[in-house]
Amino acid sequence: MTVTPLLKRDYLVKLARNGRRVDGRGFEEYRDIKVETNVVSKAEGSARVRIGNTQVLAGIKMDIGEPYPDSPDSGVMSTAAELIPLASPDFEAGPPDEESIELARVVDRGIRESELIELDKLCIEPGEKVWVIFIDIHILDHDGNLFDAASLASLAALMTTRVPAERFELGEDYPLPLKDPPISCTSVKYDKVVVMDPSLDEEDIAEARLTVATDKNGDIRAMQKGLNGSFTVDEIKKVIKASIDNGKKIREQLYKSVGK
Amino acid sequence: MKSDVKLFENGRRLDGRKPDELRKIKIEVGVLHRAEGSCYLEWGNNKILAAVYGPREAIPRHTQNPLRAIVNARYNMAAFSVDERKRPGPDRRSREISKVISEALENVILVEKFPRATIDVNIEVLDAEAGTRCAGLTAAAVALVDAGIPMRDIPVACAAGKIEDQVVLDLGKEEDNYGSADLPVAISPRTNEILLLQMDGHLTVEEFDKALDLAIKGCHIVSEFQKKAILEKYRHIPKEVG
Amino acid sequence: MGVEKREIVIPGQFLDDIKRNKPGRGTFVENGKIYAEVLGVLNKNAGYINVVPLKGRYDPVENDLVIGVVLEAMSSSWLVDINAAYPAFLHVNEVPWDIEFGETEKYLNHGDTIMAKVLQVDMEKRVQLTLNDRNLYKIKGGHLIEVEPSRVPRVIGKKGSMISLLKKYTRCRIFVGQNGRIWVDGNDEGVEKVIYVIKMIEREALSYGLTNRVEVLLKKDAKDVR
Repeated sequence: MTVTPLLKRDYLVKLARNGRRVDGRGFEEYRDIKVETNVVSKAEGSARVRIGNTQVLAGIKMDIGEPYPDSPDSGVMSTAAELIPLASPDFEAGPPDEESIELARVVDRGIRESELIELDKLCIEPGEKVWVIFIDIHILDHDGNLFDAASLASLAALMTTRVPAERFELGEDYPLPLKDPPISCTSVKYDKVVVMDPSLDEEDIAEARLTVATDKNGDIRAMQKGLNGSFTVDEIKKVIKASIDNGKKIREQLYKSVGK
Repeated sequence: MKSDVKLFENGRRLDGRKPDELRKIKIEVGVLHRAEGSCYLEWGNNKILAAVYGPREAIPRHTQNPLRAIVNARYNMAAFSVDERKRPGPDRRSREISKVISEALENVILVEKFPRATIDVNIEVLDAEAGTRCAGLTAAAVALVDAGIPMRDIPVACAAGKIEDQVVLDLGKEEDNYGSADLPVAISPRTNEILLLQMDGHLTVEEFDKALDLAIKGCHIVSEFQKKAILEKYRHIPKEVG
Repeated sequence: MGVEKREIVIPGQFLDDIKRNKPGRGTFVENGKIYAEVLGVLNKNAGYINVVPLKGRYDPVENDLVIGVVLEAMSSSWLVDINAAYPAFLHVNEVPWDIEFGETEKYLNHGDTIMAKVLQVDMEKRVQLTLNDRNLYKIKGGHLIEVEPSRVPRVIGKKGSMISLLKKYTRCRIFVGQNGRIWVDGNDEGVEKVIYVIKMIEREALSYGLTNRVEVLLKKDAKDVR
């Protein structure tokens, strides 16, 4: 059992009222982001992302399976996240809990709703055989903002994925057909201030959380509000603008790290 | 199972190794921020991350031992670590491996110093290619040292096996698939006591003696990698300022 | 001037024979030989061989001053996290307030921080704390920093030299608990500087001449401010 001392909360709030964060960042400033790709040889694509001390590994596996009846000529994608006890003293072994399910679903939605993966190009025999893409997210070190780290790791992994056609005697391997990636940016609110890329201490005292995925045109492709606190309409608008701005920078870095 | 591939020819193995040669090993210490001790290990194409939490009070209470700490190792394979995607979560194989690794580690940890506590050792296999239990135990031992856990020794593991009637050290992927025996062994290198031993396949008593001897020799080589990595991390000397 | 290093030893490492030296803290004896039981720094003192641990949880010792965070208020005591393997107990008799049965949470509750003293550690490692002494109280305001408990002597410095330096140049109030928790209060810049320096001490704790290096750094910064 870990406990956050109330005075840490009070100190963070006091700093926030003076316009500061405990690690010296601006309210809309991210920690250092590092993206490493092709880190797992067994995966069709993989990436390890660090945001500050937070570390997430995403791996892509592909297989052949049946399409959904309502979309017989589309490939299938599925996203799972594991909050393994390696990553935090508070994570327990066992089946996925609400937290890991929400994490996986938010990442999934960002990718699905932006139509990043061109699923219609992943049909092998309509109604019978299509490519199935498994995105598995492994949290390695939890120091806050798993949403953005998990989403970025998944994108980088997908962007380096090669469809294993040879293994299934379907010709040569080829890169997974993708459109432009949506970038997720997460903000939290505590004591009337909204900060982006929350550290664990900030997440611990957060009242509300908002994740916004935006595309390269600055359009919104997925959102998720979490926790029992609330945002004002103005705060939401400000968060969207900051998410678009940060999204641009992160997208550039992502392209660079996957060699595009 | 027999294959058409020759696993051993002209004194060399498929990947060019000699019979008593290990795959390449790389060990890094203290790689995670949250964990109290951690280790990243590459062994051939295996990639393993180990993290230690504790000693901390065992919860729920009925799991506590009033006289000593429980060592709770958890071996887990990432879904993407194998050729065909593995369903997340523990299966019978990973539970068994977790058990034998816990028992091996418990032997050297001074558990009597921490009554009612648990020492949690998480082993994540990120990339798997033959010999993950040995690599996992080896990484876990380093993470325990990094967490400041009191121990009588730093345990270490290595396997030997048999391919084409030849006893060899540290089976690789094809050797594991098509070889005729595998013998993973963990020892306390200071005393050469055996902490973990499993065997599957077919060995004559003479072959077993030879394989065990070879595995122990392998353990001692891996042990040097462990020690070097730990000392390198903590020998770090800052440059004088001004 | 180079920086000398201290000798690092690892678990199971042979240190000496019991005929020549006595086994001290952080060691164990097998067949007349002394071995290290933890990762640490070798220390020979008055015929004893000790290993001072580099990592690991706080090992409570009677009379240590510690900073605790309340986990739970129970009917006649509190459960307090002190960064050790086990939570500690603070009994209502060990606080300076008159508390009626069942009213513990009015005084201290989940998340409150206290400066306490280790009263007793029993064979089963159960720890009792007390607030009945000078300078022990519930802490309000300020910030908490956490370091490896083994680094505490370095943060304090010889006869408090490091802490005095920090207080002098940052004008912060600082209290260092033996359990690796450090409480700081002052203006935002001061606290930020204390955090920076303490993280530096934690990184470089193994080298000699650290106090001088910290002073150089604090002085340089002080000039920048002027």
